[in-house]
Amino acid sequence: MTDVAKSPAGISDEGGMGYLISLPRRVVTIYLPLAIFLFVLLFPFYWMGVTTFKPNEELYNYSDHNPLWITSPTIANIRKLLFETDYPQWLVNTMTVAFCSTFLSIFASVLAAYAITRLRFRGAQTVGLLIFLAYLVPPSILFIPLATMVYSLGIYDSNWALILTYPTFLIPFCTWLLMGYFKSIPYELEECALIDGATRLQILWKITLPLAIPGLISAGIFAFTLSWNEFIYALAFISSTEQKTVPVGVLTQLVEGDVYHWGSLMAGALLGSLPVAIFYSFFVEHYVSSLTGAVKE
Amino acid sequence: MAGLFNNRVVLSVLFMFPAASILLLFLTYPLALGIWMGFTDARIGRPGIYVGLEQYLSLFDDDVFWLSVFNTLVYTTVATIAKFGLGMWLALLLNQALPFKAMIRAIVLLPYIVPTVLSAIVFWWIYDPQFSIVSWSLQELGLIDHYIDFLGTPWNARWSVIVANVWRGIPFVAICLLAGLQTIPPSLYEAAALDGANAWQRFRHVTVPMLMPILAVVLTFSVLFTFTDFQLIYAITRGGPLNATHLMATLAFQRAIPGGDLGQGAAISTAMIPFLIAATVFSYYGLQRRKWQQGGDDD
Repeated sequence: MTDVAKSPAGISDEGGMGYLISLPRRVVTIYLPLAIFLFVLLFPFYWMGVTTFKPNEELYNYSDHNPLWITSPTIANIRKLLFETDYPQWLVNTMTVAFCSTFLSIFASVLAAYAITRLRFRGAQTVGLLIFLAYLVPPSILFIPLATMVYSLGIYDSNWALILTYPTFLIPFCTWLLMGYFKSIPYELEECALIDGATRLQILWKITLPLAIPGLISAGIFAFTLSWNEFIYALAFISSTEQKTVPVGVLTQLVEGDVYHWGSLMAGALLGSLPVAIFYSFFVEHYVSSLTGAVKE
Repeated sequence: MAGLFNNRVVLSVLFMFPAASILLLFLTYPLALGIWMGFTDARIGRPGIYVGLEQYLSLFDDDVFWLSVFNTLVYTTVATIAKFGLGMWLALLLNQALPFKAMIRAIVLLPYIVPTVLSAIVFWWIYDPQFSIVSWSLQELGLIDHYIDFLGTPWNARWSVIVANVWRGIPFVAICLLAGLQTIPPSLYEAAALDGANAWQRFRHVTVPMLMPILAVVLTFSVLFTFTDFQLIYAITRGGPLNATHLMATLAFQRAIPGGDLGQGAAISTAMIPFLIAATVFSYYGLQRRKWQQGGDDD
């Protein structure tokens, strides 16, 4: 259920009656709409990239320069972003928070998912359902009470405020994903190990986890991108400039006053998107299969 | 055997402890605290005392609050319909035999991967009143004679944020529905075609019923996250012009954090919960139906 390429009974994507459609008809009904979709979905990224490398005189003069192209590219916007703002610090914050909260969530989720699917304690099914429900609780109704909690815990305006609160949406998601993976591992393997005298911890560490590595990678990628993208908690719990994350920093610190520096804003958006885009491109197959697998689960 | 059983119970408790403690402390407790805060007059730096339904009564007479409810419903309904219509279309296109299929699928997901706020900033720039690339292109093509004020008037602004939301939401819907499409056996279509069904009938009577379970789940998630959307609005309009794009989530933030009125913000957030429960119940029945359709695998 987790891998699209290996969908049940080996049904291939090309199956069906596609061969009945003639080529001109295919062009009009399939390739043309698809090309329009891809154009619309990708255009904002192109525009982001073009604006980043444009000098100001091209950026704000559409009559002498075609806005869709750059005649004299410049890295002034990126240089300004890196050396005149706290952008590098925001990147460090975002990475720290993303890595720590991902690690914490994966650790807690592996144990919880294993207990629910394999130890099968009384009420395990109910706990599984509750964890699914927890994923449905959106951050926008939690941030106000969480803000007061974070303040009274004394971690307001620090990375800890985010590292401890991001798991509230990461753990339910990762646990749910890993439960699916653990269920797909044959139980007989564990029974054999139990009979051979392995302890539960040994089984988890030496049998289940190695077999669940694809699941761990998917959960890790998801958790990392979700915490990289998170906005509302980072906006509400952080106030000082040097503690901000990239999404919040770009939006709140680069847009001061009436003059928007679109060049550096777009540079900030581009540099903030690249790490997740690169990270994702390495694991795209895992990502797609677990995204669809998690929904089908 | 008894030793093993004991061991298992102890292990279960130990294994559940990290996840359970984090979720209870940072999810369940704040959820309850938020509902409680809606009944107090808490402000930033002051815990607040119980004031009963006062916050809700003042919201009831608050035009801006009702406007935000209206906006949220319009935003959710229109964006969801558009996302599912277009997402379904894209999924059907991607389900065809295509060259570079894996690459196209990866590209399609990009809007979903990139941080929402950062892509929202790009839309903000695309909607710029003076330097909008969309206005420029339409003018070059001779379709309009003056630049469109995308974010200046209430309805323009509403449509603009809806378009940005749809742009970001299509990939998720399309990829999930594509996964559903790939589990439908081609033989069903062949059988329907032999019985004389045309393309629309095959879609209506084979694809849609077979997709219903996954459609219900994706729909619930989509409705839930669109309804509680915050970042896109905050990045593009911050609720303006004249509160025309304020959603309940952005209004709650506005009142609670910059405004300092935590009690009222919490009350607005709490007012979203009935809608979320409705969506969750819908999801539950969607899941049930799926089990039934797949032969009652109860695991």
